[in-house]
Amino acid sequence: MITATLVSPTVGAAVKLRRLSRLNRWTIGAVLAAILVFIPIGSVLLLSLGDSGDVWPHLIGTALPEYVGTTLWLLLGVGVSVFLTGVTTAWLVTMCRFPGRRIFEWLLLFPLAIPAYVMAYAYTDLLEYAGPVQSSLRALFGWQSARDYFFPPVRSLGGAIMFMGLVLYPYVYLLARSAFLEQSVSVLEVSRVLGKGPWQTFKTVSFPAARPAIVVGVSLALMETLNDYGTVDFFAVYTLTAGLIDVWLGMGSLAGGAQIASSMLVFVILLIVLERMSRRHQKVYQQASSRFKTLPTYSLEGWWSALAFGLCALPVIAGFVVPVLVLGQLSIVYFDRSWTPEFKSYALNSLTLSAGAALVALLVALFIAYARRLREGRVLRVATRAASLGYAVPGAVLAVGILIPFATFDNALDAFMRNWFGVSSGLLLSGTVVAVMFAYVVRFLAVAVGQVESSLEKISPSVDMAARTLGFRAGQTLIRYHLPLIRGGLLTAVMVVFVDCMKELPATLLLRPFNFETLATYVYRFASDEMLGEAALGSLTIVAVGLLPVAFLSRMISRSRQLYPSPSTGDA
Amino acid sequence: MDRPDQFRSSTVRSDSQPLLEVRGISCNYELERVVFDLSLTVHRGEQVCLLGPSGCGKTTVLRAIAGFHPILTGGIFINDQQVSAVGAMVPPESRRVGMVFQDHALFPHLTVRQNVAAGLSQLPEGSRGESVGEMLERMGLSHHADRFPHELSGGQQQRVALARALAPRPLLLLMDEPFSSLDQELREHMGQEVSDMLKESGTTCVMVTHDQHDAFALGDKVGVMSEGSIVQWDTPYNLYHQPGNHFVADFIGNGVFLSGEVVSPQQVSTPLGILPSDEPLIWSSRTPLEILLRPDDVVYDAAGPIQARVTRRAFKGAQILYTLRTLEGIKLLALFPSHANFEIGDDVRVRLDVDHLVVFEHDDPLG
Repeated sequence: MITATLVSPTVGAAVKLRRLSRLNRWTIGAVLAAILVFIPIGSVLLLSLGDSGDVWPHLIGTALPEYVGTTLWLLLGVGVSVFLTGVTTAWLVTMCRFPGRRIFEWLLLFPLAIPAYVMAYAYTDLLEYAGPVQSSLRALFGWQSARDYFFPPVRSLGGAIMFMGLVLYPYVYLLARSAFLEQSVSVLEVSRVLGKGPWQTFKTVSFPAARPAIVVGVSLALMETLNDYGTVDFFAVYTLTAGLIDVWLGMGSLAGGAQIASSMLVFVILLIVLERMSRRHQKVYQQASSRFKTLPTYSLEGWWSALAFGLCALPVIAGFVVPVLVLGQLSIVYFDRSWTPEFKSYALNSLTLSAGAALVALLVALFIAYARRLREGRVLRVATRAASLGYAVPGAVLAVGILIPFATFDNALDAFMRNWFGVSSGLLLSGTVVAVMFAYVVRFLAVAVGQVESSLEKISPSVDMAARTLGFRAGQTLIRYHLPLIRGGLLTAVMVVFVDCMKELPATLLLRPFNFETLATYVYRFASDEMLGEAALGSLTIVAVGLLPVAFLSRMISRSRQLYPSPSTGDA
Repeated sequence: MDRPDQFRSSTVRSDSQPLLEVRGISCNYELERVVFDLSLTVHRGEQVCLLGPSGCGKTTVLRAIAGFHPILTGGIFINDQQVSAVGAMVPPESRRVGMVFQDHALFPHLTVRQNVAAGLSQLPEGSRGESVGEMLERMGLSHHADRFPHELSGGQQQRVALARALAPRPLLLLMDEPFSSLDQELREHMGQEVSDMLKESGTTCVMVTHDQHDAFALGDKVGVMSEGSIVQWDTPYNLYHQPGNHFVADFIGNGVFLSGEVVSPQQVSTPLGILPSDEPLIWSSRTPLEILLRPDDVVYDAAGPIQARVTRRAFKGAQILYTLRTLEGIKLLALFPSHANFEIGDDVRVRLDVDHLVVFEHDDPLG
C-alpha cells in the first residue's frame, strides 16, 4: 500500500477520508471496560437506595450501632497510630542524621509485606496465655494462673488497632517521606536562617507543606482498615466488615449483608473525598524539582541519636522482625503437618488466580490508559475515574456488589434455558473463580491504571506523532514503540496487583466456589480453628510474596538518591 | 519497480502546482477557537514557515495538516486529494507527511539505523537497507548508525530526526520548532544546513517557529500568525522592510514608531522633521499616522539635525545597537558601526535616512 504510493506521484486510492465520530474503537472499548468494572460498585449504590426488606429494622435495633461504633473506634485508633508512626519515622530519616538512617529509609517499608491478619495470628501465638511470653513471665515470677497477674488482652479492639497500625503505617511513611523530600531546600534554609530550630521548622514549614500527602496516606491506611476481615474476625471485634460477613455467611442473609454494605459506603465515600481533596492540595504543594538536592539535615548527637534510632527500629522490629521470627519458628515446628499436597494445591490456586487477575487488570489498564492518551474526553475521563474507585471499596462490599448481579444473571439465564431448552445452565458466574477474579480486577485496577498511565506519561506525545506519520496505526504504535519503553512499568503493575490479590481475604472468602481454597482462605480457616501452627507456613509464604513489591520500592528509594536529572533531552 | 533517486526525483519544479492547500480552516483547542478561517498554499518544492508568538495557533495548524487535529470549517488538500474535511479525516499514517519535532522524538530503544528505517517497514529488506544507508550517508551519520539516540549530541539527534522523517520520501515535511532545543550557535548552523539540504532535495516543507531567525533561514515564504490568523504572507525581506501592519512591524526586527501626519501625498511630518515617501500616500492631508523607524534608518552624522543622548547600548560585534533619547523625549533605536563608540550619557547627532517609508494609520493596530 505504502510501496505503491511511493511510486506513483499522486497519492491515489490509498488515501480515504474517514468519518470522525466522538467515539472511536479505543474509546468505546475503554468505556465498556470501565462500565463492566463499575457494575459491582454501582449495584451496591443501587441497593443502598432500594427496598430494605425485613432484615434492616432488626439490624438497626440490634447489631448495627455496635458495628458502626466499633468501626469508628478502630478507624480512629489506626488513624492516630499510623499518623504518629509514619510522620515521625519519615521526618527522622529525611531531616536528621543518625546512625542507620540510610538503612531505615527502606527497612521501614518492610511491615507493608505483612497482611494484618497474618500479623494478628503471629502476635496472638506469641502473646496469648499459653504463648512463650506469658509462659516465661509465669515461670519467672512463679505465677500460677491468669488471676495472679495482669496482661493486656491481645484479642481485643486495642490489639486490632495496634497490629493494623504496625502494618499500615508505611502508607503514611512513604507519602510523608516523599513530601518532605520534595520540599524546597531554600524554604527550609530560609527557616533556619531566620533562627528556627528543628521543631519550629517542622511545625511551621515542613509539616504544613506535607500535610496533604500525609492525609492521603492516612486515608489509604483507613481504607485498608475498613477492608480488613481476618484480624477483626479473629479478635472478635465487631466492625461493619465483620458484621457483613457474619450476617451473610452466618445468618445466610445476603439481603442483610447488602444493607450493611450500603451503610459502609458512607465511610468509603468520606474516605475517597478526603483522599481526592488532599491529592489536589498535594499537587499544589509538591512542585519543587529539588528532589535530588541534599536537604539540610540536623545532626543528632548522643541520646538524641539513640532515641531516633530506637523510634525507627521499633516499628521495624515489632512490625516485621518479630512476626517473621514467630512464623518462621512455627513453620519449622509444624512443617510436616503443613507441607501437604493440599497446601501445594492451595498455593497453586492462589498463584494462578492472582496471576490471571493481574494480567487481566494489566490489559484493561493498558487499554484504558492508551485510549485516554489517544483522545481525552469527558466521557472517558468520568468512566475511568469511576472504574478505578474499586481500591477504596472493601472486599466484602465488592463481593456483595458482584454476587447480586451475577446471581441475577445466572438465575435469568437458567430460567431461560429451562423454559426453552429444558436444560439447566446452573451457575456460570456466581460461585465460580470468574467471580473471584473479577473482584480482584475491580479492586486493584486503579493500581494498574495509575502505573501504566505514569509510565506512558514519560513518553513524549511527539513520539506518537512521529510513529503515526511514519505510517503506523495507533495500535501498532503502542506495540512497536510504547511497549518496549514501558515494559518496566507494566512489570511493576503486574507485580503489585499480583501481590495484592495473593493477600486478599474477604472477597475471596465470600465469592470462592465451594471447597475452593487459596493460601489466604486456608490460613484464615486454620486460624479460625485456633490452629495457628498449621497456619504459619501459609502465612509465611504470603509474607514472602509480599516482600516482592517492598523490595522493589526499597530499591527505588535507595536509587532515587543517586539519580541526577539527565543532561540532554532525556530521550534515554 | 521504478524508484527515482531521492534527491533528484523531485527537484524544484517551477510548474506552480500547489502541493498543499489549506482552505479556510478553523480549529478549536479544548473548547476555545484558536485558528480562524486560515488559508495558505504551498507549491511543490517550496519551503514555508509559520511564524508567531506562542499561543498564536501555529502548532495547531501544523497538527491539522499532519492529521492530528480535526478542523471545524474548510478543508485541507495534499496533492489535490482532500485529507481533512469537516467531520472526516485521512488518518496521519496515510497522509505521507514526515514530521520533525522540537524534542526530536527519536525512539530511544532503537539505534540510529533502526530509527531511520522505522518508516520503511513496507519496503523489502534489501531496498530498505539501501535507502537507510543512502540517507545516513547524506546526513553524515554513517559512523553513528549503530549508536543509540542518547549517545548522540543535540545536532546529531536533529539530523537523525530529519533522516527518519525524510527516509519514506514524504510528499510534505512538517517541522515543529525543529531548532528550539539546540543552542544558539548550533541552531544557526543547523538552520543553514537543513535549508540547503531541503533545497537540494526539493523537499516541500512547512515549519512553525516563534523565532524569526529560524524562519528567515528556512522560509521562502513566511506567514506571520497572530491570534489564529495569518496577518502577512510574504518573503522574509518584505516582512522586514514592508511590514503590512503594526503587529508584523513590531514582531519582526527592532524598531520604534513615531507619530506624525500626512502633509502631502509625498510627505509626512514628524516631530523629527519632514520625511519623504517613495510611494504616494493614500491618506488625505492631516491624517494621523505612525511611522516605523528601523535601527538602520537612524544614521550617525556629526552634522545631523537631531541631537540625542545615549541611554542604553548593546554590543553586537561589528555594530552597536544604541537606544537614544532626543531632546524632545522621543526614543530611537540606532545601529552604528562599532568604531563610532559612545558611552551611556554621551550626546550624539543623527539624521534619518529612510529609503522606504513604512506608515500605518494611527488608531488601527492591524494597519
